[in-house]
Amino acid sequence: MTEGQADQLAALRGRFGAAIERSVVFAGQQVVYVAAAQAHAVLEWLQQDPSQRFDYLTDLTAVEYRDAERPLEVVYQLRSLTRRVDLRVKIALDPSGPLEVRTVTDLWKGAEWLEREAWDMFGVKFLGHGDLRRILMWETYSEGHPLRKSFPLRGHRSRAEQTRQALAANPEAHYSLEELSIADAYQALPADMQARLVEREAAQ
Amino acid sequence: MGLTLPPSSGLDDTLDLTSPNWVTTRLDFLANWARSNSLWPMPFGTACCAIEYMATAASRYDISRFGMERQSFSPRQADVLICAGRLPFKLAPVIRRIWDQMPQPKWAISMGACASTGGIFDTYAMVQGINTIIPVDVYVPGCPPRPEGLLYGILMLQKKIMAESMVDPTLRVEHLVHPDGLFRRPEEINEVSEPFGNSVSQTRSG
Repeated sequence: MTEGQADQLAALRGRFGAAIERSVVFAGQQVVYVAAAQAHAVLEWLQQDPSQRFDYLTDLTAVEYRDAERPLEVVYQLRSLTRRVDLRVKIALDPSGPLEVRTVTDLWKGAEWLEREAWDMFGVKFLGHGDLRRILMWETYSEGHPLRKSFPLRGHRSRAEQTRQALAANPEAHYSLEELSIADAYQALPADMQARLVEREAAQ
Repeated sequence: MGLTLPPSSGLDDTLDLTSPNWVTTRLDFLANWARSNSLWPMPFGTACCAIEYMATAASRYDISRFGMERQSFSPRQADVLICAGRLPFKLAPVIRRIWDQMPQPKWAISMGACASTGGIFDTYAMVQGINTIIPVDVYVPGCPPRPEGLLYGILMLQKKIMAESMVDPTLRVEHLVHPDGLFRRPEEINEVSEPFGNSVSQTRSG
């Protein structure tokens, strides 16, 4: 652990105490495990405190290990563009329990699609995310979350049933205006488009 | 009364276009020659095969030499759909709609191992051969096929077209998705999707 990493850990421990569960350095990268309940406060502090300024969310994903004893981890890879340091924050979750963490879209807007991907692939629910839908699989996909270890590689259903469900999907539903995040621009849309969106919403 | 020709008049026999004769075979030759030498491809490139497809279309291999002068990026002016790359289930309804939008006469080339069989992607996300979604005329093997391979497939398709006959009732028929939502029978799809090669020994699937 370098001096900077030791300072980083000391600062986190000094502020959040037991919420910082442990810290390891792997391949030069500092990894900090944070209790799920305090994770949002820790991340908020890391982003906003003048001494931290982790202003860039490089990646957000989840990891499940083949070892069933190990928890499922939600991973935040942070970068401070001004301080030129990286920090990896992990939240350990029980894979058999409800997978729920608070969203960080209020801190980094770029987390929106990343959280959607983690939800799609792992079933991690990001509480407070405004638009938590599938992003890689199509929206009506019903077989589960494919990157979970309990998910069979070829999916749950027979190939014929998978083909039937795929062909039943409406290809235009994926690349429509609804796919874009236009909630903010709603008032600026033409009246007929507004009506169409409301109609779609009501039909779902 | 005088307007009705007797059923066995010589004229009727000559112009009977529902059975092969000298007129239909000559017309066939003309139509097939024109069609096979002016195939406009609709490129459906989804993966690395599309890179080889681009090489095929570029100047060194020059797909235009075989009458494919114009890449048709609209399915409504296309003659042959070339699926270059693996087809995920998410794209299955898309390629099906593109195929339905193409007017007759139309043909399909499945380019590469993944488009033809699913290839290495024996997973939850991948169609195990596009012939479970649309009818396919020529399969080009390879991972990805070299441009020569694709051109050979095109030559084979041209040969196939030259053998077509206007009196064949099985041609120019739209093969639609059945009312049950499948293009091929479920047992056929399950059979062609059976794991083979290395994926037989992978154990994680149930």
